[in-house]
Amino acid sequence: MKLAACLLPALFFVGCAHQGQPYDYTAFKAAQPKSILVLPPLNNSPEVKATYGMLSQLSYPLAEAGYYVLPVAAVDETFKQNGLANAADIHNVSTRKLHEIFGADAALYVTVTKYGSVYTVLNSEVVVAAEARLVDLRTGTVLWDGKASASSAEQNNNSGGGLIGALVAAAVKQIIHTSTDASYPIAGVASGRLMSAGGSNGILYGPRSANYGKP
Amino acid sequence: MMRRLALAVGVAVALVGCKHQQPTLYQWENYQPQVYQYFKGESPEAQIAVLEKDLQKISAEGRMPPPGYHAHLGLLYSVTNRPQQMAAEFEAEKKLFPESAAYMDFLLKNTKKAVQ
Repeated sequence: MKLAACLLPALFFVGCAHQGQPYDYTAFKAAQPKSILVLPPLNNSPEVKATYGMLSQLSYPLAEAGYYVLPVAAVDETFKQNGLANAADIHNVSTRKLHEIFGADAALYVTVTKYGSVYTVLNSEVVVAAEARLVDLRTGTVLWDGKASASSAEQNNNSGGGLIGALVAAAVKQIIHTSTDASYPIAGVASGRLMSAGGSNGILYGPRSANYGKP
Repeated sequence: MMRRLALAVGVAVALVGCKHQQPTLYQWENYQPQVYQYFKGESPEAQIAVLEKDLQKISAEGRMPPPGYHAHLGLLYSVTNRPQQMAAEFEAEKKLFPESAAYMDFLLKNTKKAVQ
């Protein structure tokens, strides 16, 4: 009982701290990136499909946010032809070199932290979680970072409307049809949450969006 | 009077409803699932067939394919050894998205070297 009394204010504080801190977009606004090079994500999950499952879901939110997104498969081939076959090596290439080859203004470094089924006593759910960092390739400055996750267990209406709501609905439908690769559509929802513009603490809109320059 | 009002409200609601659903900048069709197929090592010919068919649908509707669409098709033509179609797709990407120019030129130059 005493423990509960102690925990309650603690919870309250954690809740507040999260909301009170507005994201500092100074560097992002100054850099005005137009194009984004999405690097193959690092995979910290045990599922080998995570890197390419996630990589093939990241173009949609970024392009719809108003950025030019370099063709992810062609980029991956270019790395392979230069002897870089895994994400860890690719993430270590200098920003100067990346800018020289790809001509992109910024690069997106993603790390997948969860990808696949989580089993509980009564149920199983598919969870995808990832962290991302947007880096200016001309200066090496970090412009933005954030994280997001998605789960197949959230099929109710509490996912909200709009783009994410539609993504969740589509993902659930896809899972029913393709149970063999259930993480892939969930990666799409996680990617949409991670990289959509216009949300709190999300990335800013890019120059191809009608909302460019708006908060 | 009451009916007219109801009608007006109905139209207004319908309009608001339409406005709320923002159209996407691009028509995506199967671009991302096909990119996933590529990474999984599935047949490039089958991917070309899907992407070319979708492209016709996109242009018929007067919309724009997303960034990377033409470049990805170019990659598929490159791996199936059709350098002319490959070059045409890289050029199409460049025309639609000038931001891609540096990388498309890099790809065009490199594949030219490989052909010679």
